[in-house]
Amino acid sequence: MKKTALNQAHRQAGAKMVDFGGWEMPINYGSQIEEHHAVRRDAGVFDVSHMTVVDVSGPDSQAYLLKLLANDIRKLDDGQALYSTMLNESGGIVDDLIVYRLGPEQFRIVVNAATRDKDLAWMQEQSRGFDVELMERPHLAMLAIQGPQAIDKAKAALPQTLAAQLNDLQPFHAVWDGEWFVGRTGYTGEDGIEVMLPEDQAEHFWNQLLAAGVAPCGLGARDTLRLEAGMHLYGQDMDDTVTPLECGLAWTVRKSDHDFTGGQALEAQRAAGVPHKLIGLVLEGRGVLRPGQVLVDAQGHEGLVTSGSYSPTMEKAIGMARVPRDFSAPIHVKIRNRELPVTVVKLPFVRHGKIITQL
Amino acid sequence: MSYVPDELKYTSSHEWVQKTDNGTYRVGITEHAQEQLGDIVFVELPETDASYAEGDEAGVVESVKTASDIYAPLSGTVVAVNEALEETPELINESPYDDGWIFELQAENDAEYDNLLSADEYRALLADE
Repeated sequence: MKKTALNQAHRQAGAKMVDFGGWEMPINYGSQIEEHHAVRRDAGVFDVSHMTVVDVSGPDSQAYLLKLLANDIRKLDDGQALYSTMLNESGGIVDDLIVYRLGPEQFRIVVNAATRDKDLAWMQEQSRGFDVELMERPHLAMLAIQGPQAIDKAKAALPQTLAAQLNDLQPFHAVWDGEWFVGRTGYTGEDGIEVMLPEDQAEHFWNQLLAAGVAPCGLGARDTLRLEAGMHLYGQDMDDTVTPLECGLAWTVRKSDHDFTGGQALEAQRAAGVPHKLIGLVLEGRGVLRPGQVLVDAQGHEGLVTSGSYSPTMEKAIGMARVPRDFSAPIHVKIRNRELPVTVVKLPFVRHGKIITQL
Repeated sequence: MSYVPDELKYTSSHEWVQKTDNGTYRVGITEHAQEQLGDIVFVELPETDASYAEGDEAGVVESVKTASDIYAPLSGTVVAVNEALEETPELINESPYDDGWIFELQAENDAEYDNLLSADEYRALLADE
């Protein structure tokens, strides 16, 4: 199994380690629920060094990314970030990602770990005919420091030149100094930063964060935090067979033109009628929503729970589901041999420590 | 290794069984099982008076992470369930061998109890995992 530079540090912090897409990663350090609350109420740190960082450079960088990505990187100034999908020719999602513009001909993309091989192959294939260079950065560690106190606490651990710039750093913007890179981004619905740094400095930085009172948090809490925040997980809420229009990501698709890979397929799907939609769910009774559970509406149409878990903030089971476009209440979920009523709600469930869902 | 009390019997599916003073058998999941599951958030208890054969699914324990069936370690009839788990399922994490018990069975055949794993046999099973 592959290990991050923090493997020993996780063990020292009492982590329970699991196989996560071929990486040995911490699932929790004792209680996943306490780690979840630490991020909602204070500050927590996640090792996300398994994620894949790719630097794109060269004179055709912008033209290449306009083809590769469904969102519009022309919106970006230097130091700005954007969430996007990259699509196959059928409009299915190859992966979701964050792209940062470092300069007019210099971009950084962060894609998922589990999809690394196919992503790199696809990015390479799509680059044909463009004067660009793709360079993977496997020796950068990546830590996400998240929560209302995350930025304040991280200042003590960051190099001074970067710490001094944090007060003015706006959401979805980044600053960097040499190989250290700080973006005000995250996957939790809280304020916070994601830091990339040379892997040989990662353990020292981690220790400084813990000393500053930042709680080590595992990938278990990361999943419940992102679910409460209504954020998608690749491989569950979307995959190669699902278009962004079918899973609640139409807002990430640019409208100005369709000259990106998959753009024509999306246009055709819009014209024909998008067959599916993504909905938020709350389970009214006791039990837990899980990916793979089947939903049924009054007409007997079926939908699929794509993400589901227990929400530590709401103390209820919540989930997201992909359903036919005319799916309508009342809706039930099949759990084992029973059908339990679920309520459809808007996303997100929780943002900045507050429950948004009105029941 | 997690705690395995000497005085209990065990199953390979990580239930513990305690013979009570009034001749019934109390059932829960082991410390190892709750550690593997993580924070427990929901327990589906069996119905009182339900009858099970040894190895039948008798309930479900769900953590944030996953759901896990609880199997009847002995054939018999449910005579009591731990209703406190409905509101405080985390008792299984905090006290797996005591406050976190799940149900009690009246056994059909007491000999089935003797065939369960001893503490030493269960420890050996954990060592192999």
